[in-house]
Amino acid sequence: MTFLKYATASALAVMVAGAAAAKSDITLAMQLEPPHLDPTSAAAGAIDSVLYSNVFEGLTRFASDGSIIPGLAQSWEISDDGLSYTFKLASGVMFHDGTTMDAEDVKFSLDRARAEDSANAQKALFGSIAEVVAVDAGTVKITLSAPNGSLLFNLAWGDAVIVAPESIENIKQAPVGTGAFKFDNWVQGDNITLARNPEYWGTPAKLDKVTFKFISDPTAAFAAVMAEDVDVFAGYPAPENVPQFEADARFQVIVGNTEGETILSTNNKMPPFDNVKVRAALAHAIDRQAIIDGAMFGLGTPIGTHFAPHNPDYVDLTGESAYDPEKAKALLAEAGFAEGFTTTLKLPPPSYARRGGEIIAAQLREVGIETEITNLEWAQWLEEVFKGKDYGLTIVSHTEPMDIGIYARPDYYFQYDDAEFQAMNSALEAEADLAKRSALLGQMQRKISGDYVNGYLFQLAIPTIAKAAVRGLWENAPTQANDMTGVYWAE
Amino acid sequence: MLGFVARRLVSLLVSLAVASVVIFLFVEVVPGDPAAYMLGLNAAEDTLAALREQLGLNGTLLERYLSWVGGMMQGDFGTSYTYRTPVSEMIGERMWISLPLAVYALTLSTLIAFPAGIWAASQRGRFGDLLVMGVTQLGVAIPNFWFAMLMVLLFAINLRWFSAGGFAGWEAGFGPAVKSLTLPAIALALPQASILARVMRSSLLDSLGEDYIRTARAKGLSRRQALRRHALRNALIPVLTIIGLQFSFLLAGAIIIENVFYLPGLGRLVFQSIAARDLIVVESVVMLLVFAVILVNFLVDLAYALVDPRLRVGA
Repeated sequence: MTFLKYATASALAVMVAGAAAAKSDITLAMQLEPPHLDPTSAAAGAIDSVLYSNVFEGLTRFASDGSIIPGLAQSWEISDDGLSYTFKLASGVMFHDGTTMDAEDVKFSLDRARAEDSANAQKALFGSIAEVVAVDAGTVKITLSAPNGSLLFNLAWGDAVIVAPESIENIKQAPVGTGAFKFDNWVQGDNITLARNPEYWGTPAKLDKVTFKFISDPTAAFAAVMAEDVDVFAGYPAPENVPQFEADARFQVIVGNTEGETILSTNNKMPPFDNVKVRAALAHAIDRQAIIDGAMFGLGTPIGTHFAPHNPDYVDLTGESAYDPEKAKALLAEAGFAEGFTTTLKLPPPSYARRGGEIIAAQLREVGIETEITNLEWAQWLEEVFKGKDYGLTIVSHTEPMDIGIYARPDYYFQYDDAEFQAMNSALEAEADLAKRSALLGQMQRKISGDYVNGYLFQLAIPTIAKAAVRGLWENAPTQANDMTGVYWAE
Repeated sequence: MLGFVARRLVSLLVSLAVASVVIFLFVEVVPGDPAAYMLGLNAAEDTLAALREQLGLNGTLLERYLSWVGGMMQGDFGTSYTYRTPVSEMIGERMWISLPLAVYALTLSTLIAFPAGIWAASQRGRFGDLLVMGVTQLGVAIPNFWFAMLMVLLFAINLRWFSAGGFAGWEAGFGPAVKSLTLPAIALALPQASILARVMRSSLLDSLGEDYIRTARAKGLSRRQALRRHALRNALIPVLTIIGLQFSFLLAGAIIIENVFYLPGLGRLVFQSIAARDLIVVESVVMLLVFAVILVNFLVDLAYALVDPRLRVGA
């Protein structure tokens, strides 16, 4: 590996020489390319990764710590019955095409997202909205059909950004938003460039130009970072290289939390998983740390329920399903499976699933459960597992923020149908009081952990490799975004 | 000659028609719903239905086949499900990388293979022959993606002469664009050149053993003169066949090299579209590649006829 040492030395020389002039542009690489540029009509996280808060803004927005802060709405009042929200919009906001952003645009955006023929991937976010009224140019009133404590949170999603009727037709190719960066150019298959918006209504961006480059292959990603073709690689795909970058003075490594609960999803209606004892046995048969070390090279935080550990409302329940193969065997025997059984384990493409799946299969074999592993593409996975529910076990990371509510959907692919949990979820949706919400969230986490609905593995971590002089990147990812508005080069 | 061209043209059209049916059926039976892929895990059933309607996925198989083929005949390849742009535009953009890359690689491979093959044949059994045979054996054996990675390590990471991948774009100028295609072209050309050089050598050796060469030698030509004037032209037929095959392969088969160098070419477009179940793109690009292969074979057939007059009247 002498050439690497040589490379490091020569790079240091280059860096010292080039440190004098602060750069005003940056190249950020990521693995997936957005299919198109309309965040309000697709689930692809890559769209938000490029556009969220850079080009498009919503009424509220996520801060880097996951809290909800004002966006285009500067303030709001909530009526005592929790049924109406009145938002005061920021003044002097212009879309990138020069048209003004006012209450009519907000009404248009929200009505479009919740319309009958809406193609919004998160239409449920707007489910409680009964009416949106533009009171005057700077005021919007949203009336709800039932109280919804998550409304401000829901409106911060990339799927709820404000778009303009004037530019909606070409939004997929030429997005027009209100953010600190304007869309500049898209070389499909290679890169998207954004340019600073000089007329931005808020704090202007520090960089003049941001280039998002798309590199899907892990080996190519390594080469691109090492050759310094890119300045930042967000969501670096090969965790095994991370120690090498940590040891290299040219780079900084930022390991952040994501909203991705990585779980061993279990088909709760398929025998023998309809027996809670079998599911409990599964939970005790799994050694989370071995999976994190083996599949993710140590990156990731163990979880005991479907909730992000960095969230203040998180309850650590990993002890309830601690690794204990003897107990797992005993539970299986109690359930009538002393001889074990065979089931399917269907794995989607990401490495956490493919690598983690092999380790889990080995751990389950220890307690007598044999798994038949099938590797699936995403499209097949969606068809067979997610829609067809034709599976015993699968591994998937649920990356939507605060998505514990999916356990209240009896037709969801893990088919957990529990009236008590559904009641808790309805109570949560109607509750706006923070302390009461927190208590409810705690109960919900305990409930699904106690019912061993799924095997809870770990919270997905996201490693970002950046040049040492880059400042202002988000550490954690409360939503899939690369907020570039505060990024700059240190002198 | 005209009859020959006409016969070849008919067989070209029949091949295209058969290929379109096969491609369409194969792609359509693959499980997976493009709408579900686009909308992800939280989508509601009615949203999915609305999107499927928008994408025109609700027609019968025959309706969709006819509208696809009918569109293609008028030069309309349809609209990508995921990108929502016309497929012809996407193909056009990607073609500006794949086509130059294939031509670049083929030029390199021919420039290396011809002299190497001829030299080896003229040196039969001696040092030059052994050297060429040894090196080309290695060239055939080394996987091109591995060789590509080695080149990236040396020229991009260590020496910094090239960037590790990506495409500068033709609007950045001819020089930078060609530069970004150089490492991929070398990686693609190496195994092709090795195969071609070996074919060139053995084909030349075959024709050198023919009676007419003995006659030429008897007339007093030196071995080298006989090779150049008589053997070379006759040895070209199998070489042309290989070049034709290689060109089609380079156009369609650069997927792995495009991934290693993250080049936005046709191969990667197909690869991404398959994963996203962007079926219309897959169908159209594959159809186009089939068309290219058939067309290249057609041109190679014509080239045979030019090289070998017997084929013009006979077949």
